[in-house]
Amino acid sequence: MDLQGKKITVHDMCLRDGMHPKRHQITVDEMVTVSKAMDEAGIPLIEVTHGDGLGGASVNYGFPAAKDEEYLTAVCKEMKNARISALLLPGIGTVDHLKMAVDCGISTIRIATHCSEADVSQQHLTMARSIDNLDTVGFLMMAHMIEAEELVEQLKLMEDFGAHCVYITDSAGYMLPDDVTSRIALARAELKPETELGFHGHHNMAMGVANSIAAAAAGANRIDGSLAGLGAGAGNTPLEVFVAVCDRMGIETGIDTFKAMDIAEDLIVPMMDHLVRVDRDALTLGYAGVYSSFLLFAKRSAEKYNLSSRDILLELGRRRTVGGQEDMIEDLALDMAKAQGTL
Amino acid sequence: MSSKIKAAIIGPGNIGTDLLLKAQRSKVIDPVWMVGIDAASPGLVRAAQLGLKTTAEGVEGMLPTMQEDGVQICFDATSAYVHAENSRKVNEQGAVMIDLTPAAIGPFCVPPVNLVDAVTQSAMNVNMVTCGGQATIPLVAAVTRVQEVVYGEIVATVSSKSAGPGTRKNIDEFTRTTAKGIEVCGGAHTGKAIIIINPAEPPLIMRDTVHCLTQEDPNRDAITQSVYDMIQEVQKYVPGYTLKNGPVFDGKRVSIYIEVEGLGDFLPKYAGNLDIMTAAGLRTAEMYAEEMLAGRFLPRAE
Repeated sequence: MDLQGKKITVHDMCLRDGMHPKRHQITVDEMVTVSKAMDEAGIPLIEVTHGDGLGGASVNYGFPAAKDEEYLTAVCKEMKNARISALLLPGIGTVDHLKMAVDCGISTIRIATHCSEADVSQQHLTMARSIDNLDTVGFLMMAHMIEAEELVEQLKLMEDFGAHCVYITDSAGYMLPDDVTSRIALARAELKPETELGFHGHHNMAMGVANSIAAAAAGANRIDGSLAGLGAGAGNTPLEVFVAVCDRMGIETGIDTFKAMDIAEDLIVPMMDHLVRVDRDALTLGYAGVYSSFLLFAKRSAEKYNLSSRDILLELGRRRTVGGQEDMIEDLALDMAKAQGTL
Repeated sequence: MSSKIKAAIIGPGNIGTDLLLKAQRSKVIDPVWMVGIDAASPGLVRAAQLGLKTTAEGVEGMLPTMQEDGVQICFDATSAYVHAENSRKVNEQGAVMIDLTPAAIGPFCVPPVNLVDAVTQSAMNVNMVTCGGQATIPLVAAVTRVQEVVYGEIVATVSSKSAGPGTRKNIDEFTRTTAKGIEVCGGAHTGKAIIIINPAEPPLIMRDTVHCLTQEDPNRDAITQSVYDMIQEVQKYVPGYTLKNGPVFDGKRVSIYIEVEGLGDFLPKYAGNLDIMTAAGLRTAEMYAEEMLAGRFLPRAE
């Protein structure tokens, strides 16, 4: 595979996807410290939002340590070269949140929907596109659940609504490199040449780096990762590892590999409440195709109702649950506890 | 003298057609008009076959003979964007408007919570909030009638097949209007609404979660009884409204998990989200009709 000289934009997820393993408790000071170090290391794009996107503060997903507005305001004003993005899931956040984030100084907005439901993003993508110089991204989650042809139809809808860039998102960390290659390659062939294409991986099957390289080889030019893999499930593609691999392959990211390693080791790992790794439950997410941020909810319900967290996750997979259905987990655990006669 | 009040349905789509089938069984409502904008639409054709007067000219097509035909109640099952104009026109002809769109220009109405208030105030336009609101606000109210709720949050999960193009294009209206309904009608100090669309096959039955954060420690027995009572109230017009789990108490959090199965009149049974809208709209119209038949309320042109 010769990717010598290929340029890609790496996008860090620690301060958004990383909110999941931190139960949304990353402080404003931590966000500022980490993002300044990332800026210094040459990471070009950094996402800062509640784990479930703008407006995610809720009983259902967790109340964060600070408001999105506070995080974004504090971080945006400290950036020298890096740009800041925010995530928004229609059905959770609204265009009012989007306008707020723009006022805070973001330069990229990412609108996320389940892979087959792109049409719910029309209102938000259209509005985002109308704002001058706002990089507008459509983000299709749980992309393993539909085949490449159907997925590309949905990506094209987002392109039509105004996205400059569209993403194939492996929210469950289920995909294997061939799954990524087929989807990215077809998307690249069918989308407009000027539309950027991205891949967001999770490391639940330890495929984060391999999948991201496969995506780059098949035509993606934006890759999400997070330093030390701080993200939902077994984490995102470990960014410092990905950057080191890119260095060896001659892929240009513009990121200082050693500085990236140092931030991961010295800043991110000490922030972790638990080691983000491929444990039994995280592996089950990838194996069964379950949304990565269900991990801690399943562990908590398993403990509360004396159940196996793996059994809960497998059942969530069988029911084909989608991103955002965290409320289903306690409901399901109650059903399972009743069925086994312990409630 | 007729013992039924004549009604018109504006919007012959899935909601309008389901509403028509339900209204035909009503003891006090007689649906006589179906108003559309496309002569070829299956809903208009079906309504004509069922003996209703129809027009493809929008509300304008009905206005000239509306009073002559005795229409006193109209249902709007179109979209938030055209609702205000529709409402103004039919109000001028002296008909009450039951708004099934999220336009929310009239007071909110969630039948087991405040139907009596809405009717006794003789509002000429009432709004049915949203499908998620109809499914969950009764349960928020079941908690707030026991004690103060500082925060009410609902998560509505609907099948992809039951979320029509209107809902999809205007998903922000759903979250905003539902959140406001949780406050105004449900009685929570702050409201939050989340909607999830799930494409699984076979389609999932509408499920909803209601989380309330109480000001003081929750009175478990009183809340549990209040929730059971409220479920029975809603079951009077939506028999498939079922408590799945809860109320679960965790500190000051009260969580209630329900499922809403529809009657399957025109819409499939899994689309409980749409069924509860049409059932609540009809329930509201019937209450108005009873007031009119008893001579306690005479709708007037505004």
